[in-house]
Amino acid sequence: MNASAAHASNTPAGGPYQAIVIGGSSGAIDVLNVLLPRLPVGLRAAVIVVLHLPRDRRSLLVDIFRPRCALPVQEAEDQQPIQAGHLYFAPPDYHLLIDSGPRLALSVDAPLHFSRPSIDVLFESAADGYGDKLVGVLLSGANDDGAAGLAAIHAAGGYTIVQDPASASMPTMPEAALARFPRQTPGKTPGKTPSNTPSNTPGKTPAPHVLTPEAIAARFVQLHAQRLL
Amino acid sequence: MPHKTKARIADIEQRLLLDAIYHQYHYDFRAYAQASLKRRLQSALTQFSCKTLSQLQDRVLHEPAVFTGLLQYLTVQVSDMFRDPSYFLALRNEVVPILRTYPSIKVWVAGCSTGEEVYSLAILLHEEGLLDRTLIYATDINPHALRAAEQGVFDLDRVAAFTENHARAGGRSSLSDYYTARYGRVVFDKALREHMVFSDHSLATDSVFAEVHLISCRNVLIYFERDLQNRALGLFHDALVHRGFLGLGSKESLRFSAQAEHFDDFVLEDRIYRKKAGR
Repeated sequence: MNASAAHASNTPAGGPYQAIVIGGSSGAIDVLNVLLPRLPVGLRAAVIVVLHLPRDRRSLLVDIFRPRCALPVQEAEDQQPIQAGHLYFAPPDYHLLIDSGPRLALSVDAPLHFSRPSIDVLFESAADGYGDKLVGVLLSGANDDGAAGLAAIHAAGGYTIVQDPASASMPTMPEAALARFPRQTPGKTPGKTPSNTPSNTPGKTPAPHVLTPEAIAARFVQLHAQRLL
Repeated sequence: MPHKTKARIADIEQRLLLDAIYHQYHYDFRAYAQASLKRRLQSALTQFSCKTLSQLQDRVLHEPAVFTGLLQYLTVQVSDMFRDPSYFLALRNEVVPILRTYPSIKVWVAGCSTGEEVYSLAILLHEEGLLDRTLIYATDINPHALRAAEQGVFDLDRVAAFTENHARAGGRSSLSDYYTARYGRVVFDKALREHMVFSDHSLATDSVFAEVHLISCRNVLIYFERDLQNRALGLFHDALVHRGFLGLGSKESLRFSAQAEHFDDFVLEDRIYRKKAGR
């Protein structure tokens, strides 16, 4: 593991990042439509998405996004090795986890927050697997799934982004995530770690970055240009 | 303590706990998918009021009752009757006509948990007029789940979903023909159970016990790492008759397995495979 070098205020400590995990519920598909088509070929990270879906139907996400994305898009399969620059969607009615390898793993454990797949399940296992080499993004949604998971990613030193609640058609999910962190002004990237926080998390921001969908897309492009994604 | 150190210690504790369980109780979870197991162990910590897996290990080794409780956390799976109706529809339309050609039929439900799938298959075979000449082996490693499966008792509030699945699975009868409801629960007909044998069997440590025509093992392999998946699939291959059938969960596949070459796709979209001729 590289010790984190000194970095500019808008450059994160971790990175290059090996994966981006994205979670969302109602209202998130429109945001994905802003984010995912902008992800460039040659992305160094894998992209893994959990979206709450009706359980008893085949998911159309792959059909919708494959023609719009530059990255290869597929539905996650159990035991599949995770490849950089590929985009994976959780299948309906299964939890999606990151296992050693790293590989994708599925489970039919009980729904969490009435959801299967659950964003917390993906985010927490990804935080375990990737540590500070992970970007976590939580989007619009009507329940509080993902809040604990995003906090876990943050605690592991990952780079966290929450959709600006003002830009979300369902702000409950982003607000629930932000409620776990010190208050900040939406739209503003938080500053550097205050001096009274533990010194073992150099450069870690005290709270997630709060961004509009456009700004999240721009941030991905920027991190890619910095060779961090 | 840095987050990375904590995470590494948690991994070590998990490995040690699984070793302890194996040596003391002969249940082998060491080749299970560790990420799912970790979630279950974390919720067990709360249940047993332990701060760390090391504390839990101490209790598991010295208090057999704690192990019995932990086993519930590690193994119990809640499924629905006729989960993935299209799977049962494909069995009915594509596999049953071939099963019909055998004078007697043996089916193995591997990892039957609390029995939802066993009763589903029994009802399907009854509707197709095959149950009288069928024996269903239902196996699991969890003795409590097996006992529950043997009772054939389910909560009444789950039955509406079961009924809808059954209809979508091409059910030719009413599900209510097969159970009686009382005190918020339903009890399935004893006549179905006469065709079932419930038995303790581990895909991780036991071997083949019978020759069967159809194996249904759904959403069990996803809890195993690759090597253990291959072991289980090897057992299935050995247990199946010439050209026997294997049904897996809707998101499981033989694609990443060493056993893929020994099976043909039969109804691929419903994950039904058929043992290749020869061998």
